[in-house]
Amino acid sequence: MPEKRILLKDCGKIDPGDVSSYEAEGGFKALEKARGMSPEEVIAEVKTSGLRGRGGAGFPCGAKWELARNAQGNETYLICNADEGEVGTFKDRYLIQHDPFSLIEGMAISGYAIGAKKGYIYLRAEYHYLLEGLANAISQCKGKGYLGDLDLEIQEGAGSYICGEESALMNSIEGKRGEARYRPPFPPESGLFEKPTIINNVETLVNVPHIIENGSAWYQGLGTSESKGTKLFCVSGDVERPGVYEMELGSDLGELVMDLAGAREIKMVQVGGSTGRIIPSGMVHTPLAYETVLGSGAVMVFDESRDIIDFVYRTMQFLNEESCGKCAPCREGTEVMVEVLGRLVQGEGVEEDMGVLEELSGVMTLSSLCGLGQTAAIPVMDTLAYFRKEYENRISQSVFLRSLKAVNR
Amino acid sequence: MERNELLNRIKEAQAKKGSVSEEAMAEMAQALGLPIGDIYGVTTFYSFLSTQPLGRHVVRICKSVPCFLQDGETMAEVIEKELGIGPGETTADGRFTFELTNCIGACDQAPAMLVDDEVYGDLTPDKIREILQSFD
Repeated sequence: MPEKRILLKDCGKIDPGDVSSYEAEGGFKALEKARGMSPEEVIAEVKTSGLRGRGGAGFPCGAKWELARNAQGNETYLICNADEGEVGTFKDRYLIQHDPFSLIEGMAISGYAIGAKKGYIYLRAEYHYLLEGLANAISQCKGKGYLGDLDLEIQEGAGSYICGEESALMNSIEGKRGEARYRPPFPPESGLFEKPTIINNVETLVNVPHIIENGSAWYQGLGTSESKGTKLFCVSGDVERPGVYEMELGSDLGELVMDLAGAREIKMVQVGGSTGRIIPSGMVHTPLAYETVLGSGAVMVFDESRDIIDFVYRTMQFLNEESCGKCAPCREGTEVMVEVLGRLVQGEGVEEDMGVLEELSGVMTLSSLCGLGQTAAIPVMDTLAYFRKEYENRISQSVFLRSLKAVNR
Repeated sequence: MERNELLNRIKEAQAKKGSVSEEAMAEMAQALGLPIGDIYGVTTFYSFLSTQPLGRHVVRICKSVPCFLQDGETMAEVIEKELGIGPGETTADGRFTFELTNCIGACDQAPAMLVDDEVYGDLTPDKIREILQSFD
């Protein structure tokens, strides 16, 4: 399947600084249509479409909205998660840069459906250069009356990967440390300021106007049985043409990285970001979907020259630095993994190291508080499964070199 | 002042003085009726906030995997050499603070860095020298 540009159709075509150029391409027609429907009808349409969260977790969007709509209380919040910190992910940046109006239209529809009067766009500090353009787009839409009674505010982050996790993000908006929360309660019931809250990723919200405008039946015709629609993929690493590509869900990973992005002599591909699954070259023709591999849509390509242990070590250092520190399995687990992997990298590994990594992986996966710790061991477990020989070689070399030193002493 | 204004207040304090001072934290703690430790806890949680004085410009080069694959480590070494300081340090003239940072979402232009709020991608040693020279 070649590229299929639905979400990206206006990118490069419209002027992101001028709402009338978006209107000229049919912008805000979906909002008009949505306002002619009841909020329940809008939610039903999104629910039927099969749209699932595009930030990585893949929760059904319409079902989430319904929970918030049905929640008790007269104050509901809408949050757009634009804290795109996942390693290798830059699609939300691309959307905000080239077509902020689609996002705003998606938020206006969502706000109408769930009955939110206040909306936040949580923009990561690293994207400060997008702030002015986004604020300008919001004020133009407001001036035209597109926001209705939805008060939309941009809240900037301050440098933290974990704030992309929804409960940490809410703590950050509340002026606290961005630490994950215990759940339940889940945000649609009790989220920001303990009120019903919907948090959706930028890309998820950008899907909404297309679903409303073209109908859920049209949307259901795209993708696979479990994964409807298209997905933005961010290809980076050892490729000739890195960038954002939009493909129908269920598309072939090999086609994306080889035909579109120009990868050659692939050793492996990591799909979904720092804690994404590892696909060795022999399995590169895997379909990209929720039921197989997807995550945030980050696709990092490693060619045959790359060292597996170096990569896993660097990834674990990242997760260790960005762990919020609230729960022990993640805080201490990533710490120990960095220590063990660091030993392997420096040629000081011992034979027990692989067993330690495996045992720790199980504990972290089972007992961590949030997605970070629960998935932190994936790159370790996957590389141990597919590239075990590299671990074994590294350790046996270390053992051999140490024995030589002992002889020479 | 409300608690949810805290993050923005801390940022303002940093923008004014170049770092978040103990006095500023004490003031905010008093305004919110919180122990100063809470304000310190928030400030030190976020990597863009600092209780140590920062230079006039902050160079943050990405060390995450996609930039690493495009020789990001060499670029970081070039910056170290150009500025004569290591990561986490500030030049004696107070011009630059140099930091290694995690993914900045510019992987399609790797290797990439942020100088203050601007992103610079497809870095080469020559390009880095040119960029650094453009800051006073």
